[in-house]
Amino acid sequence: MQPFSYEKVTNEHEAIERARLGNATFVAGGTTLVDLMKLNVEVPAALVDINALPLNQIEDQSDGSIRIGALVRNGDLAQDSRIQSRYRVLSQAILAGASAQLRNMATTGGNLMQRTRCYYFRDPVYPCNKRQPGAGCAAMDGYNRIHAVLGVSDKCIATHPSDMAVALVALDASVHIRGANGERAVPITEFHLLPGDTPHRETVVRPGELITYVTLPSGPFGAHSAYVKLRDRASYEFALASAAVALQVEGTTVRSARVALGGVATKPWRALQAEQVLTGSTANTAAFRNAADAALTGAVSRRYNAYKIELAKRAIVRALTDALMD
Amino acid sequence: MSTAVGGSISRKDGWVKVTGRAPYAADHPIAGVAHAVAIQSTIANGRITAIATSLAENAPGVLAVIHHGNAPKLYRPENDFMSATKPGEARVVFEDDRVHYSGQYVAIIVAETLEQARYAAELVKISYAVEDPLIETDAALDSAYLPDEFFGEKLTTKRGDPDGALSGAAVTHEASYTTPIEHHNPMEPSASIAVWNGDELTLYETTQWVAGARKTVAQTLGIAEEKIHIVSPFIGGGFGCKGFVWPHSVLSAIAAKKVNRPVKLNLTRKHMFSACGHRSETKQHVRLGAERNGRLVAIDHDTVVQTSTVEEFVEACGNTSRFLYSCPNVRVRHRAVRVNVATPTPMRAPGENPGLFALESALDELAYKLNMDPVELRIVNHADVNEHTRKPWSSKYLKECYRMAAEHFEWARRALQPESMRDGNVLVGWGMATATYPGIRSPGAAKVRLLQDGSVDVISATQDMGGGTYTTMAQIAADVMGVAIERIRTVLGDSLLPPAPVSGGSMTTASILPAIRKAAQDALSKLRQLAATMPASPFTNRPHDDIVAEGGRVFPKGADPSSGLAYEDVLKRTNQSEIEGEGYTGPGPERDKFAFQSFGAHFVEVKVDPEIATVQVSRVVSAFDVGRIVNPKTARSQGYSGVIMGIGMALMEHTVYDSRDGSIVTSNLADYAIPVNADAHSIDILFVDKPDPFIDSDGLGARGVGEITVTGVAPAIANAVYHATGRRIRDLPITPDKLL
Repeated sequence: MQPFSYEKVTNEHEAIERARLGNATFVAGGTTLVDLMKLNVEVPAALVDINALPLNQIEDQSDGSIRIGALVRNGDLAQDSRIQSRYRVLSQAILAGASAQLRNMATTGGNLMQRTRCYYFRDPVYPCNKRQPGAGCAAMDGYNRIHAVLGVSDKCIATHPSDMAVALVALDASVHIRGANGERAVPITEFHLLPGDTPHRETVVRPGELITYVTLPSGPFGAHSAYVKLRDRASYEFALASAAVALQVEGTTVRSARVALGGVATKPWRALQAEQVLTGSTANTAAFRNAADAALTGAVSRRYNAYKIELAKRAIVRALTDALMD
Repeated sequence: MSTAVGGSISRKDGWVKVTGRAPYAADHPIAGVAHAVAIQSTIANGRITAIATSLAENAPGVLAVIHHGNAPKLYRPENDFMSATKPGEARVVFEDDRVHYSGQYVAIIVAETLEQARYAAELVKISYAVEDPLIETDAALDSAYLPDEFFGEKLTTKRGDPDGALSGAAVTHEASYTTPIEHHNPMEPSASIAVWNGDELTLYETTQWVAGARKTVAQTLGIAEEKIHIVSPFIGGGFGCKGFVWPHSVLSAIAAKKVNRPVKLNLTRKHMFSACGHRSETKQHVRLGAERNGRLVAIDHDTVVQTSTVEEFVEACGNTSRFLYSCPNVRVRHRAVRVNVATPTPMRAPGENPGLFALESALDELAYKLNMDPVELRIVNHADVNEHTRKPWSSKYLKECYRMAAEHFEWARRALQPESMRDGNVLVGWGMATATYPGIRSPGAAKVRLLQDGSVDVISATQDMGGGTYTTMAQIAADVMGVAIERIRTVLGDSLLPPAPVSGGSMTTASILPAIRKAAQDALSKLRQLAATMPASPFTNRPHDDIVAEGGRVFPKGADPSSGLAYEDVLKRTNQSEIEGEGYTGPGPERDKFAFQSFGAHFVEVKVDPEIATVQVSRVVSAFDVGRIVNPKTARSQGYSGVIMGIGMALMEHTVYDSRDGSIVTSNLADYAIPVNADAHSIDILFVDKPDPFIDSDGLGARGVGEITVTGVAPAIANAVYHATGRRIRDLPITPDKLL
């Protein structure tokens, strides 16, 4: 761990002004950042503690949407009665992640910013294009059982580890980001970046910007949604593959569908092809399997992670089945 | 007579542990302690060509940087288990510039604070001349060799004509089974605090063997054993990785010497993955031949394991196959390959545990070929004597274990065919396997001290890894002394105490409790003597063997106890602060006459969701014959822990080395999965609870319960997975990718 300064800010303006000076990293729950600092993967010169900012409310908006402060703890968000009734898949996804202790610390904004569990990213002995652009990727020909098959590039195959973000993708959330020039809203599907040639750039958040809120639109998906997470043990474990799905069904016909994947992609993954297959089809296992096949079209595996293609399909079919019965 | 032995007594150390007051190794408050951080190699094979330390030496708070270039002379200890001089690896730390595996200690930083030491450690730049490492067993097979012995047991043996019997057998089965590298991962990482006082050294440790630590560290440092005091009152789990002496215990000592003040070295979880042993990967090939009625005619168990380039430790997978079942033709062979990985060491039931995965999986496969119930197959092949040593068993209730566990499990309702039991859309599988572990006993000594307030200290240089030794020691003392268990204090984990063996090999109960019984009897004898001879004795004119000391009172034989004196009154009247009894016992000629072995059986239900490749171990019933149960509560907990550890072995645990450079990529508890509560469901632990009549001469009859509980769990689960799905997984762990 490298020496760093630490300061607290009490309002958004102050936070942004401080961040504009450069070399500063916001810290909220610290559940990822502090770990990575101990590993010398993150080496901020200054930590700016934003926990005192008034961004810890979950609020109904007049247009029927819901606004979640960036500092709302994962545990509080998962247990909120509005989230549980109207956005059940989000509650399920959060509760499938980490442990109760971690969820009580981790925040909504921090969860979106969490970094990959790639072994090689977390060990500075190895080359990593994410840590050091151009250094090379040790995972590509290393032990890549937990790595991505979707959205990969020849520079990076690291998965995005979030469960929460996968549900947000399925729910068409927006992320509100505030900078010196005001606030902008970014669709969650555009918030995270594909690695491409620049795997060190993971989100659209620019230096000096602060995530303030996440909003969830009102939608027809409250009735039928589900999160399925497949992993090496029953709890406290990252996904090998996960699926967040939501269905709008009339009779036996799917009117619209959302399918998002975790654990298999370099960013929280929206499977639009799967949604297209589902829309208008009869809600049954055959259609679900077709959708799952569509979702994994274009998947690229490496030596140890080919199983993820099939595992992800199974997760999708199970999630759609669960959602239909929901 | 009170009967503490046999009672479900809550652990005496429970309260201090749950209130955070039990001092584990790193917790001892030592004034002026400096902090050390060990630096590990990042290459697996080669030489250190340069160590640049000036940046680190000039960093704030740094007191010393020690490495092979400036370390004091260290000496290789005898490296002999029997003489308590057993290091984890033969090579001593900082011996030379050679690097044998990734994670080897190459330097140590000492600083005023832990943070300063950690920071300075990052400033040390080490240059290497890298050579290609040999990491994988298959790549090293050409250089496989035949190691001779494992703790005195030959590693290649044959009886009869296995090849001939196999070629003539009515039914045969042949398959390969593999288990991965696994790590002990106790909750408490190893730690060492070294305090020098002149030429005398106190080491605060977390060790399963204070006597071994003392002698081995003494030889390594080249000082007299008497100059070293090992203190290890609490151990946060060991499972074998704290049995032998690993380099950190020597590093803290040389660092403290160098900076002339106490030094604490606390390993990180990452250190634990290469600095205190692991279970080797195993590749086992099993051939079985049987008659149509299930009688085994041949067993051939061939094993390849890894060992390091700085030590020979062999995971003796096949040795159990020599006697677990009756069979006239048996061949067992072990080969080892030397690879550039850290040194393996005993891990809970070394040999038996991975060995039974192969043998008990193979038996299950044979049972299907014979269209026979797997329990029936095992009963048909029951070994009435140990056919390897040709000795009768001291006692054996394996059939009773099968019967008890099967009945409790309702095994009779099992359908023989795979994929034939369901719970909705979930496949249900029932599998079973035999468990076994030797009944080891070693010499041990103890003291029992009766104090003037009537309380009792029971004392031995044994250790409590969390299994319950604090409590069982007090139980037997309570019974012999006739003093309530609440009034008994257990003192252990200190090399100044009467010597005791390693807390390994499940030998503690059988080794220490008889010694305590003798010591308590000795204390009572001295008490009676004192009572008979004290001035104004109410017992004057009675020979001391006509006096009874029992239930806290001393009184004439045949008289009402109330007519005599309380123990404490005898001490008070004679102005004695205490009476101390001594006891020393050990195994004798019974070892030449009998085979001492514990047995058991696991019956497992799994629920497999085939669409999402998920296995849940929904129900386990295990029964064990381990002689007398001293404390059903702590023994049951050992059962739970063995079963849960077995669930981890079966379904998730595996350490992954990157074969390119030999680094461990899963060296933390997020990437190395062990079971969490959500993975453990219904577990019932049953005991036959019949004393072993020969293991001790005092009628206690307890064999150990620590290791047997994990043996056989993994194959029982794999067998259940096959029964559920028709998929035979011969390569642990059974992760979702293998069931797609």
